[in-house]
Amino acid sequence: MKPLRPVGIVGYGAYIPVYRIKASEIGRMWGNEGCGLPIVEKAVAGPDEDMTTIAYEAARYALARAGVSPREIGAVYIGSESKPYAVKPSGTIVAEALGAGSHLLAADYEFACKAGTEAFQTCIGLVGSGMVRYAMAIGADTAQGRPADDLEYTAASGGAAFVFGLKSKDTVAYVEGSCSYTTDTADFWRRAGQPYPRHFGRFTGEPAYFRHVITAAKMLMEELGLGPEDFDWVVFHQPNAKFPVKAAKKLGIPKEKLEPGLLVPIIGNTYSASSPLGLAATLDVAKPGDRILMVSYGSGAGSDAFSFIVQDAIEEKRPLAPPVRAFVQRKKYIDYATYVRFRGKLLR
Amino acid sequence: MREPAAIIGVGCTRVGEHWESSVLDLAVEACLRALEDAGNPPVRALYVGNAASEILNEQGNLAALLADVLALEGVKAVEVRAGDASGALAFHQACLDVAAHGPGEGAVLACGVEKMTDVLAPEVERVGMLFEDARCTFHSGITIPGLCALLTRLYMDAFGPSYEDIVLFAVNDHRNAVNNPCAQYPFPIKPETIMGSPIVADPIRLFDTPGIGDGAAAAVLCAPEEAPKLSDTPVVVRASEVASGRMNFCEREDMFSIGSLRAAAKRALEAAGVSIKDVSFFEVHNTTSVVGILALEELGLAERGEGWRLVKEERIAIGADWPVNTMGGLKGRGHPWGATGLYQIVEATWQLRGEAGKNQVEGAQVGLTHNMSGLGSLSCVHILARGR
Repeated sequence: MKPLRPVGIVGYGAYIPVYRIKASEIGRMWGNEGCGLPIVEKAVAGPDEDMTTIAYEAARYALARAGVSPREIGAVYIGSESKPYAVKPSGTIVAEALGAGSHLLAADYEFACKAGTEAFQTCIGLVGSGMVRYAMAIGADTAQGRPADDLEYTAASGGAAFVFGLKSKDTVAYVEGSCSYTTDTADFWRRAGQPYPRHFGRFTGEPAYFRHVITAAKMLMEELGLGPEDFDWVVFHQPNAKFPVKAAKKLGIPKEKLEPGLLVPIIGNTYSASSPLGLAATLDVAKPGDRILMVSYGSGAGSDAFSFIVQDAIEEKRPLAPPVRAFVQRKKYIDYATYVRFRGKLLR
Repeated sequence: MREPAAIIGVGCTRVGEHWESSVLDLAVEACLRALEDAGNPPVRALYVGNAASEILNEQGNLAALLADVLALEGVKAVEVRAGDASGALAFHQACLDVAAHGPGEGAVLACGVEKMTDVLAPEVERVGMLFEDARCTFHSGITIPGLCALLTRLYMDAFGPSYEDIVLFAVNDHRNAVNNPCAQYPFPIKPETIMGSPIVADPIRLFDTPGIGDGAAAAVLCAPEEAPKLSDTPVVVRASEVASGRMNFCEREDMFSIGSLRAAAKRALEAAGVSIKDVSFFEVHNTTSVVGILALEELGLAERGEGWRLVKEERIAIGADWPVNTMGGLKGRGHPWGATGLYQIVEATWQLRGEAGKNQVEGAQVGLTHNMSGLGSLSCVHILARGR
C-alpha cells in the first residue's frame, strides 16, 4: 500500500516511565530463581501515570521535533490495550491536553500490540488523501500481566508518538510502503470486564507471532521489490528478547540491524508502543538515506509492515527532544511490593 | 508357541506441535503411510489407541470416525483406551484379532494417536492424572512429575546416585533422537542443561520430563504365514502380553518395582521362547529418567538399585551391551500418550528391517517394547523379531 501523495514523519517522540522492576524480582516472588527469565527488567508506570499521561508526554516531544503548532494537528489516533476508560475516548484527553483544538478527528484503536501501527496507517491515509494536513499516531500502554503469569515478567509501560505530514524537506523519514497481514488467530485476548489477558501458551509463537511477522515482512518486500539486504535497520514487535531475534534470523537479517531498536530486554514489552518505540530508537541513530523495516504484531492476529527512508531533516530535528536512550537510562528500581501498590494490583 | 501376527507396514507423523492438524488429520496421515508401506492391502479391522481425545479435542468415537475417513466402511472398528498405554494396547488387540482369524482374511490396522496441544499445559497435566486412582492421587493434587519426584528422591536415598546421574537416561534418549526424522527433540542435550532447566517438582527438572507433543503412529498386521508374500521385510510379533499392576506405587510391596512390567515381560519372554539375553534392543517407557531406570532393573538388565550405573557407564547406548530407546524414547522422540506405544512398534520395526539409519543396532534380531500407563498401572510388552 502507498498513499496517493508521498507521506513522511514530521516529528517523533518517546516516553518511558522512570520505574523499573527486575524480572528476577518478579521471579523471586513466584519461586522462579533465574531459569529462563524472558527479559532483564521492565518499565512500570508510576502511581500518577496511566496510558493517556504517557501518550501525552510522547506526543509533546513529537510536536517539539515536528515544529508544528498543536492547532495544525487534524487527527489524533491512539492505539492501546490499557485505555483508562472502557467507554470514553483517550484520544480526546490527549488532544485537549496538547491544545490541539476541537476541529479534530480523534479515536482509539484496539488491535492488541499493533494498535499503534494501525494508527500509523490511518494517519498516512488521511494525510496522503489530503483530508488533513498533519495527523498524529500514538502507541502507548501500561500493559497488564496477571500475577504469576508468564506475561507478568514482560508487560511494561511506555509510549511513542509520530506526526505525519506530506513528504517534504521537513520530514525526517518518508513512507516507502506499508502492508498488513491479518487472520483470525486466538493466541491472546482479554474479554470485556476482565482485568488481565489470557494467552494460549506456546501457540503464541510459531502460528501466531512468527507466521504474521514474517509473512507481512515478505509481502512488503515483494511489493517494493526489495530483499532483506536492502534494509539498514529492522524493528520488529518485541514481546520478549527471543522472538524478534529469531524472526530476524528466519528472514536472514543479521542481529546488528535489530540492535538499536531492540529495547525489550531493558524496558519490557510495551505492547502498542513496542514497535513504535523501537522505530523511535532507530531514528535516534539512523543516517539520511537509511532504509528502515518495521513490522508490528498484534494478537488476534495481524502484522503491519512499513518501509521508511530516512531524510536529511533527521539531523537537525533529532536534538529537539530527548532520545529514547535518555528514558531508558533514567530509572529507579522498585521491589515487588511497590510494584503491586503502583499498579493497583490489590484492588483487582 | 504360535506367533500371533506379523507387521507388513508402518508409518508415523513427526512428534511435535501440529497446530494445523486435528487429532483425525494426524491419525489419517500415520495410517495412510503405514498402508502405503504395506502395499495397500485390503483392511478388515481397525484398532485405535487414544488416551483422551474427548477431553483434549472434543472428539470421541475415533475408531468409527477414522474408518469412515479412511474409506474403510464396513470394517470392524475398535477404540482402545488405557491412558498412555493405549497405543500398545490397541496393537495388542490387533494382534489378538489377527491370531483369531488366521491368513487370507485381510489386514488389520493398528493406530495410536494423541493431539495434546489443543489445550494448555496445566490441563494436560490434569488430564494425565485422570489415568491414576482418583481416590489417593488425583484428588490429593499431586501430578505425574510430582509422583516421579517422590520416586526419584526415594531412589537417590536408597541407592546413592545424584540426580545428575539419573538424568543421564534422558541424555541417552536425546543422543538417539538426533537421527530420528520423526523425533520431537532431535538434538543432543547435556546433563548440565537438564540441571539448569526449571524445577517442575523438586528434584525433577523440566528437561527431564517428556514435552507436550502431537503425533500418530500406525502398523499394518497380517498372519505370520502370509507375511512373506506381502512384504520383503516382514517383522514377526513373537509375543504380545499385557499385565495390570498396583495403581498407587506407595501401596506396592517394593516401591521400586513395576509389577505390571515384571509380569508382562515374564509372560512375553516365555511366549516368545527367548531369554532377555537374546534381545538386541529395548524401547522402554521412561515417564522421567528414574522410571526408565526402574524399567531396566525390572527387565533384569541390572540388579535393583544398579540400573543407574548401567546408564552412567553408557551401557545402554547403541553399540553397547543393551541399546535402549534407540530412536529417542519418551524424552527425545516425544510422548504423545496414546501414540507412544505404536511409535515404539514403528521404531522397533525400523531396527528389525535394518532401516534405522545411523541408529541401526548391528545384527538386530529381536526387540522388546514396553509401554505403560502412568507409573505402571498397566504394562504392555511386545517382542518383535526379524521375519524369516
